[in-house]
Amino acid sequence: MAPLPVVELLQHQIASCEAQLRDLRQQLAEAQHLQHIRTQEQDRLRHTSTSGDPLTHDMTYGIHDEFRSEVFAALSQGEDVPLRAATKWPLEKNEYKRYGRQLIMPEIGLQGQLRLKNSSVLIIGVGGLGCPAAAYLVGAGVGTVGLVDGDVVEESNLHRQILHSTGKVGMTKVDSAKIFLSSLNPNVKIATHTARLSPESAITTLQPYDLVLDCTDTPASRYLISDTCVLLGKPLVSASALRTDGQLMVLNNPPLPAGDIRGGPCYRCVFPKPPPPESVVSCGDGGILGPVVGLMGVLQALEAIKVITKGPHTSDSSSPDPPSLLIFSAYASPMFRAIRLRSRRQKCAACSAQATVTAKALNSGSLDYVQFCGSISPVDMLGPNERISVDNYAKIRMEVNPFTGMEPSKDSHILIDVREKVQFELCNLEGSVNIPFSGVSSTPHSTSNDNESEPSWISDLRKHPDKPIFVVCRLGNDSQLSVRKLKEHNLDFGGNRFIGDIKGGLRAWRENIEPDFPEY
Amino acid sequence: MSEPKDVGDIGITVEFSGGLEMLFSNERKHKLSIPAKDSTGAPLNVGYLVTYLCENVMKDARKDLFVLDGTVRPGILVLINEADWELEGEETYEIQPGDNILFVSTLHGG
Repeated sequence: MAPLPVVELLQHQIASCEAQLRDLRQQLAEAQHLQHIRTQEQDRLRHTSTSGDPLTHDMTYGIHDEFRSEVFAALSQGEDVPLRAATKWPLEKNEYKRYGRQLIMPEIGLQGQLRLKNSSVLIIGVGGLGCPAAAYLVGAGVGTVGLVDGDVVEESNLHRQILHSTGKVGMTKVDSAKIFLSSLNPNVKIATHTARLSPESAITTLQPYDLVLDCTDTPASRYLISDTCVLLGKPLVSASALRTDGQLMVLNNPPLPAGDIRGGPCYRCVFPKPPPPESVVSCGDGGILGPVVGLMGVLQALEAIKVITKGPHTSDSSSPDPPSLLIFSAYASPMFRAIRLRSRRQKCAACSAQATVTAKALNSGSLDYVQFCGSISPVDMLGPNERISVDNYAKIRMEVNPFTGMEPSKDSHILIDVREKVQFELCNLEGSVNIPFSGVSSTPHSTSNDNESEPSWISDLRKHPDKPIFVVCRLGNDSQLSVRKLKEHNLDFGGNRFIGDIKGGLRAWRENIEPDFPEY
Repeated sequence: MSEPKDVGDIGITVEFSGGLEMLFSNERKHKLSIPAKDSTGAPLNVGYLVTYLCENVMKDARKDLFVLDGTVRPGILVLINEADWELEGEETYEIQPGDNILFVSTLHGG
């Protein structure tokens, strides 16, 4: 099929550039405004320290030359150090104003604000959790905020990843976030790490920080971050979200050395074994509601502020809250519940006296977290005679059937779309029947010929034994599993009817046949 | 809470969260009345409850998304009356009338 017409492509590109330009202008305006304020402030200080000072007259006219040059030498030395050194207040003038609303709270106060200012927090993952977490920590005046992410901004991120914007699609998430955060609060130093965290880079990346936020989205990264936090003695605020649910834990708090049972549990204490990879669902596959993940990110910022302002753990300081897991379910009542968690596991691989996770093993790369957690490779379970390309399927729909020579007709075959109903309703191929994969896969393999107990979708498919069946899904994995299932139910009548899947699913259909078919 | 069917049954609440409810007819909260003794006559413990749920309540065929190697699969937390089951004796905890057992699948998205 023809690619997008040039005119349309150019229009799209122009719109994207214009959005980016608007964004940059906005940021430039903010930066110029900020610069203007700073210049004014410096001018004012210089003004008051010279001509406005009544001593100036005496210094110029009434004092011994030698003494005068000595005084000027001392003063000019003072000019080299930042202006703030001259003030007797622990915070800068603008900081009292900026943080005033939290400074007047007993939970923060001057000491809490100074602790925030002197602290550094590393945010790993600048997505749905990391964006709101970073915004609130930078807003609150944490001294240094580090950002780790190797991804670039995509359009499908924007409904929840609130630091990124339309004009920044294609920019690295770390750069996009830095632009937003620097203009939110120029007092905060933003350190960027534009790469995915790896076992080899973990220790050096986490080392300079006081506290870590796990805002990532895979089990492998969660174990890696937890292990590194235990090795370096950093408290860890871990959160996750999917669909309408979220979970939050403060781990390794207090961050005592491995083997000290008074330390807080780590991720491995709570989950010693990783989940089977087929049970892990990503936001891309399962979906995610923006405010749900946003809420969890905001709670991470809150827990981080609580840990930092409480000050360093000492043996006589009050013990932190007992370890707990906060569970959020947007559609349950009540929406929040807190669960008491276990303490450190006696045989934990990371934080017990018998720990096998060591800094040496981590640095050498001998710990393979991806292998530990397993991965699922794309499904490839059907033979070539059970599969059809989108191009050949398009011919069946639109041209003469290459196999039978039959005229095209949508009635000549059955097209089953196995995506879930809500996705099917978004967009589908004309004439397709929706039999969701969850229903196909949850139907037990019938052991008897008891047709009465079988679901209606099976009996419906038995009614037209002559029509070949094509199965399609979003990407081409579930369609293969479904073909196997249909054959298990003997819907191919012992091989007498063709049942096969459309290779690459609706994504391939959009890429090769129908560019206007919606991508979601 | 539903009334026990007979003197040999106890009423409990079983809840699912983090996506596990999809395996249990998309219901988060199940009020159940289950036999107070398992098939061998021993008092009902959480280990047996898991088997019971698998055989009697779970209609989905994908049992391995709930149970693996005879116990709850890795990545699922079992919480007895709002506390990690590891604080209560794990599978050996004997279920009392009115108990709340929550199964939570860990989430990984972010």
